[in-house]
Amino acid sequence: MSKSIKAAALSAPLLLAATAPAMAQSVDERVNELFASSTGWFVNLIFSPFPGTSFPWIVAWLVVAATVFTIYFGLIQFRAFPHSIALVKGDYADPNDAGEVSHFQALATALSGTVGLGNIAGVAVAVGIGGPGATFWMILAGLMGMASKFTECTLGVKYRNEFEDGHVSGGPMYYMTKGFAERGLPMGKFLAVLFSVFCILGALGGGNMFQANQAHAQITNVVGQYPGWITGVVFAAVVFAVIVGGLKSIARVTEKVVPFMGIMYVAAAIVILGMNADKIGWAFGQIFEGAFTGLGIAGGMVGALIQGFKRAAFSNEAGVGSAAIAHSAVRTKEPITEGFVSLLEPFIDTVVICTMTALVIIITGQLIQDPNTGLYLLDEGASTIQTIDGNKGVALTSAAFSSAFGWFQYVLALAVILFAFSTMISWSYYGLKAWTFLFGEGQTTELVFKVIFCIFVVIGAAANLGPVIDFSDAAIFAMAVVNIIALYFLMPIVKKELNSYLSRLKSGEIKKFV
Amino acid sequence: MSNKIVLGYDDSEAAKSALAFAVSLAKAQGAELVIAHVLDWSPYSFLTPEEIEQRHKRRAEELKRAEDALLAPVRKSLADSGVTVSTELKYGHIAETLIDVIKESGASHLIIGRTGHSALSSRLFGSVAGTLAQAAPVPVTIVP
Repeated sequence: MSKSIKAAALSAPLLLAATAPAMAQSVDERVNELFASSTGWFVNLIFSPFPGTSFPWIVAWLVVAATVFTIYFGLIQFRAFPHSIALVKGDYADPNDAGEVSHFQALATALSGTVGLGNIAGVAVAVGIGGPGATFWMILAGLMGMASKFTECTLGVKYRNEFEDGHVSGGPMYYMTKGFAERGLPMGKFLAVLFSVFCILGALGGGNMFQANQAHAQITNVVGQYPGWITGVVFAAVVFAVIVGGLKSIARVTEKVVPFMGIMYVAAAIVILGMNADKIGWAFGQIFEGAFTGLGIAGGMVGALIQGFKRAAFSNEAGVGSAAIAHSAVRTKEPITEGFVSLLEPFIDTVVICTMTALVIIITGQLIQDPNTGLYLLDEGASTIQTIDGNKGVALTSAAFSSAFGWFQYVLALAVILFAFSTMISWSYYGLKAWTFLFGEGQTTELVFKVIFCIFVVIGAAANLGPVIDFSDAAIFAMAVVNIIALYFLMPIVKKELNSYLSRLKSGEIKKFV
Repeated sequence: MSNKIVLGYDDSEAAKSALAFAVSLAKAQGAELVIAHVLDWSPYSFLTPEEIEQRHKRRAEELKRAEDALLAPVRKSLADSGVTVSTELKYGHIAETLIDVIKESGASHLIIGRTGHSALSSRLFGSVAGTLAQAAPVPVTIVP
C-alpha cells in the first residue's frame, strides 16, 4: 500500500511537469531511478528463472495451476464447452429475468478487458523470439487456462457481496475472506489484502500506464512524433468522463466498437489465410516442428515453450483473478454457470485471436528462414529472429497484415487505441473493487481512486517509464501468486458445485427455456 | 375463442389514442383488456463493468418507474370503466415480447399505436407497428 500512496504523491508534480517537456524529461529520469532502485528486487523476484535455466518460475506457477485444475475437474473445458455455448446463447435464461445482466453481456465485458495489446503486440513478440513453435505452446496453455478461469469465476460469483441497494461487489478478495472462513482456514483476510494491493498496482500499471503508453506509441507510428502528454491528457479526459462523469455514451460506443474491431481483426486474418490457403498446411507444419525442435531459435524447444506459455498467460489473464471480478456481477442462481461461460474467454482470446495473429505473421513470411536448412535466421544479438524490415512487436503484426492490405495499418492503429481504452476502463473497475475492499465503499473513497487512475493515464502516455511498467507487470503476476494459492484451497467447493449442477442437469431439474 | 385484447402501451400520444380505442372496443365486445408495456432490452448488448454491477438496481428502478408513471395511472383511470383490465410489464425486443404476451394470455386481438419514427430509422430498423402487422398471430389494429 505504501508504494501506491507514494506513487500517487509523486504523480501530482509529474502532471504539472508534463506541460514542460524538458522538465518532464528530468522528472522521468528521477522516477525511473527511484522505481528501479526501490522495486527492482520485486520485479526480479517475480520474473526470476529457475536456477540454471531461463524458465521464469511465475510462468510455471500459472501453467502448473492450469494443469492441476484441468485434471481435478476432469477436462472440464472440453466436457462443458457445448453447455457453455448454450448458456451464452441464452438457452437456459429464464425469460422472467430479462433485463438482468445476461451471460453474454458478462462474457463480452470480461473479454473487452482481456482482448487487447497482448493479442496484437504480445504474440508478435512471442513469435519473433520463440518462432512459429511458440504458437503451439501458446494454444496449449490457452486450452489449459480455461480450467483456471472456470475455477476463479465460479468462486467469484459464489462469494460476492450483494448490497442492500442491489449492487454487487465480487472478486478474489471476497472468496479469500468468505471462502477461507467457511472452510475454517486461517490467513484469508491476509491474502485478500495482499491481493487487493497487487490488484491496485496492476490496475494503475499494466491496466493503465502500459496501455496509454502503447496507444501513444501506435498513434505516433501513424501520424509522426508529438509529445506524449497530449495523448495522455486526451485519454485521461475521456476516461475521466466515463468513470467519474458517468458519461455512458462514450462507454457504450466503445463497448460496441471493440467487439466489432475484434471480429474485423479475425475476419481480416481469415481472409489473409484464405489468400494463402496453399501455405496453411506448411504453416501448421512449422508450428509443430518448431514446437519440438525450435527450428534454430535461441533456446530451441524450451525457448519456444517459454515464449508460448508466457504469451498465453499474459494475454488471457487466467489465474490472475481479474476475471473473477469482472464476472461476479452477473445475475444467476447457479455460480457454476458463470464458470462455464468464463472458460470460453481464454479460448476466444488465446486459442482463436492470438493464433490468428501468429498464423498471419508466419504465413506472410515475415520471419526469415535459411532457404537451405529451413532454420530461422537470428539477428545480431542472436536472441530474436530476423524479420523482413527488422520489425518487432506491434510493428511486426502491422507489417504482416499490411503485406496483404496496405491500409490495414490504420485500422490496426485504431484497434490498438480502442483496445487500450477498453482495457483501461475494465482495469479501472478491477482496481476500484480492490480499493473499496481495502478502504470501504463510498462515493468519496471511490472518487479518490478514480482521480488517481486518470492521473496515471497522463503519466503512462507522457513518460517512458520502463521500470514502472516492469513493476506493474510484476504486480499483475503477483496477483496470480496470491490468487492461485486461494484457488488450491477452495477448489473442493467448486467441485461440489459442479457435481451438484451436473447431476441436476442430467436429471432434467435444470432445463432449457427455449 | 377467448375474449381478450392486448394493448401495446407506452407514453406516446399514439398509445393514448390506442388506449381510448381499445377501451371502447373492449366495452362493446365485453372483452378483457391486457395492457402491456415492454422495456426495450437485448441480452446481446454490450455494457461496461460498472453498468453490469449496477444493472440489478437499475432494473428495479426502471420497473418501478414504468409501473408508477405508466401502468398504475392507467389502471386507476380505468377502475370505473367497467372493463376488466390487467397489466403486463416486461423486458425484451418490443415486437417479439408483445407476441409472447398475446400467446400467453390467449388474446384474439392486438391494438397498438403508430409511433412516429423518422422515415430513415424505420427504413433501417423497421418499425414496431410494421413488424407486428406482419408477424403477430392475431389481427392487429394500428391506431394513428
